[in-house]
Amino acid sequence: MDAPLLSVKDVSIAYKVGALDIVAVSNARFDVPQGSIVGLVGESGCGKTTMARALTRVIADNARIAAGQMQFAGQDIVSLSEKDMNSLRWRDIAFIPQSAMNSLDPVYRVEYQIVEVLRDRGGMSKSTARKRAVELFEMVGIDPGRLRDFPHQFSGGMRQRAAIALALALEPKLVVADEPVTALDVIIQRQILDQLRSLQRELGLSVIMVTHDISVVAYICDRTVVMYAGKVVEDCDTATLLNEPLHPYAMGLKNAFPDLHSAGTGILTPIAGSPPDLANPPHGCRFAARCPFATDQCRVEEPALTEDAPGHFVACHRAAEAVALREEAKQPGTWGTAA
Amino acid sequence: MSDPIIELQDTKLHYKIGNAVSAMMGLSTTVKAVDGVSFSLHKGESVGLLGESGCGKTSMGRILVRLEEITGGSARFEGDEIGDLKGTDLQRFRSRSQMIFQNPFDAVNPRYSIRKTLEEPLANAKISRSTWHQRVIDALDLVGLGDPEQFLERYPHQLSGGQLQRVVMARALILEPDFVVADEPVSMLDVSVRAGVLNVFRDVRDRLGLTAIYISHDLALVRYVCERTIVMYLGKIMEDGPTEDIVHDPLHPYSQALVAAVPTPHVDQSHDPLPIGGSAPDPRNPPSGCVFRDRCPMAQLRCADEVPQPRRIGTRLVACHFVSV
Ligand SMILES: Nc1ncnc2c1ncn2[C@@H]1O[C@H](COP(=O)(O)OP(=O)(O)OP(=O)(O)O)[C@@H](O)[C@H]1O
Ligand SMILES: Nc1ncnc2c1ncn2[C@@H]1O[C@H](COP(=O)(O)OP(=O)(O)O)[C@@H](O)[C@H]1O
Ligand code: SF4
Ligand code: SF4
Ligand SMILES: [Mg+2]
Ligand SMILES: [Mg+2]
Repeated sequence: MDAPLLSVKDVSIAYKVGALDIVAVSNARFDVPQGSIVGLVGESGCGKTTMARALTRVIADNARIAAGQMQFAGQDIVSLSEKDMNSLRWRDIAFIPQSAMNSLDPVYRVEYQIVEVLRDRGGMSKSTARKRAVELFEMVGIDPGRLRDFPHQFSGGMRQRAAIALALALEPKLVVADEPVTALDVIIQRQILDQLRSLQRELGLSVIMVTHDISVVAYICDRTVVMYAGKVVEDCDTATLLNEPLHPYAMGLKNAFPDLHSAGTGILTPIAGSPPDLANPPHGCRFAARCPFATDQCRVEEPALTEDAPGHFVACHRAAEAVALREEAKQPGTWGTAA
Repeated sequence: MSDPIIELQDTKLHYKIGNAVSAMMGLSTTVKAVDGVSFSLHKGESVGLLGESGCGKTSMGRILVRLEEITGGSARFEGDEIGDLKGTDLQRFRSRSQMIFQNPFDAVNPRYSIRKTLEEPLANAKISRSTWHQRVIDALDLVGLGDPEQFLERYPHQLSGGQLQRVVMARALILEPDFVVADEPVSMLDVSVRAGVLNVFRDVRDRLGLTAIYISHDLALVRYVCERTIVMYLGKIMEDGPTEDIVHDPLHPYSQALVAAVPTPHVDQSHDPLPIGGSAPDPRNPPSGCVFRDRCPMAQLRCADEVPQPRRIGTRLVACHFVSV
């Protein structure tokens, strides 16, 4: 197998808040194979955005990459000089922020903003940059006649497409998209996912897709990394995650999701409780307080992320019993009452 | 069957926008957010309003709780024209019909404690102060915030999204309404907490015998809470019928696209291109004839000339010239 395009190794990222250190990502480890789409899923606050932003090193002022390496095409993003990092951004790694609104400046026409990136980062002449902007709009399915519009004249879906166009401007190798379809209706959502995938195939891109929606992952991602309270808890190909998850959190997520293709509407089962306070994480497994399968061992000893089968990583003491636990997890009674 | 609680007849809500310049440029200055909608709701019935962004769902909901005045047709609540209600009748209507908004963080005042958030509607409705505490506790209990005392003195930012959306629901329910409009109540919530909020909604509705409208663009969510679904496009009803029938055999070409677009948690789902492209056209200049025609894969010449009227086909009403059984 080829070397992965990106290899995240034991990365920890902390926010300083007063005297406290909030470790939003702790010992994260995962690979992004060349030319694949990798999902990064988990509930709000689990550290997805923090992890994703760290890949471009555009992080909050109070944030710090405290440990680990991020090997990208032979170099370590963590130890690159600011100057080298700057030439990597846009050209090799492009980031689409959580709210596409924020990636476009409301006071400038969309064309100007794309042309600026192309000239400034790509060293293109003005006329070449203009031609490229037209190409980019055609590529993401917006009428190039709309290039002269201001961002507020675009619908939510168009703004998201424009943000994708901007990210693709300099033909990066890796695109990191933070919740690119979360606020959009099902039709636009589907159109954007289809667009992203066909571009990914045409251009041989790799994509990291941050989302809390497992149907998005099911639709588009080759592999999926599940995060919980700052930790990677499972990492495998998407089909395996959906059909034969090893981690109880992944088992629980499936029951919580309405499925239009199921025979009846059944009953959805939430995962009761909420994630732990990252300023003061519990000993042992971070999911233990909500896990229906927690044992005494789970509450004292933290499970390590291990390779259970080739390419399938999981952090759970009871992974070996997964077949039986999956059966139990299907019973609504297993998950207690709503929280 | 009992008399309907809600009755709409050719209801219209046309917003006036723009200025003299846009008028001169030939851009019509009217947005037909709701344009000739008719349906009735019976007591205890739950109906999903389904459609893309901008098709008029929220506007429809706002009419029903009188946050907007209609510009044509009729909209009745228990036989009375909603727009004509005055004085104590209006006050009574305000407490009996409630709306739950999309984003819980926008829906509450960040400087109000949860207690104050819930007391506000009681004060507005001039409920005797001596009953407030008990009613607040009961309302929190109703939405599954067990141990309500621990939430009373907290502020919105001290709750999770799922907890806050329950508080928003409790506020809508505290005056014991008969009718509730829920506008995408879970779209801002994590998948893992959505299920809890949806379950609470279903449960409370059944316990109180509420009549409800549930607004969403996602048929999987509508299916979970409503037995009947109304599909809207550019201010008009395209299809109206039992949700299961629409899920399994959507008749209107637009319903077919909405069903195909619903994401599912399976890797082997269809990746075929959707039957429709683009998004809804500018509502200031809707197409002539059938409003859906410029995106409809089945459109024919007649569709440009003639507005399709809703026709009964089996269990459903469908507004399309060419759909048959
Ligand atoms: N106050 C207003 N003034 C002018 N136009 C408005 C106003 N409110 C809504 N509209 C327009 O009316 C149409 C219907 O809007 P509405 O908010 O009802 O859509 P919706 O179906 O709820 O969409 P979404 O799914 O995005 O919430 C849109 O074209 C919208 O831009
Ligand atoms: N600038 C910041 N200062 C302090 N804490 C932060 C900051 N940004 C995020 N956090 C915290 O870090 C954790 C992870 O946040 P985030 O990466 O945004 O999660 P996600 O994208 O998965 O929702 C959360 O507990 C969040 O509150
Ligand atoms: S380690 Fe224990 S508590 Fe954690 S997920 Fe596995 S079984 Fe549950
Ligand atoms: S009336 Fe014509 S354009 Fe409208 S939905 Fe039917 S076939 Fe399509
Ligand atoms: Mg985020
Ligand atoms: Mg709306």
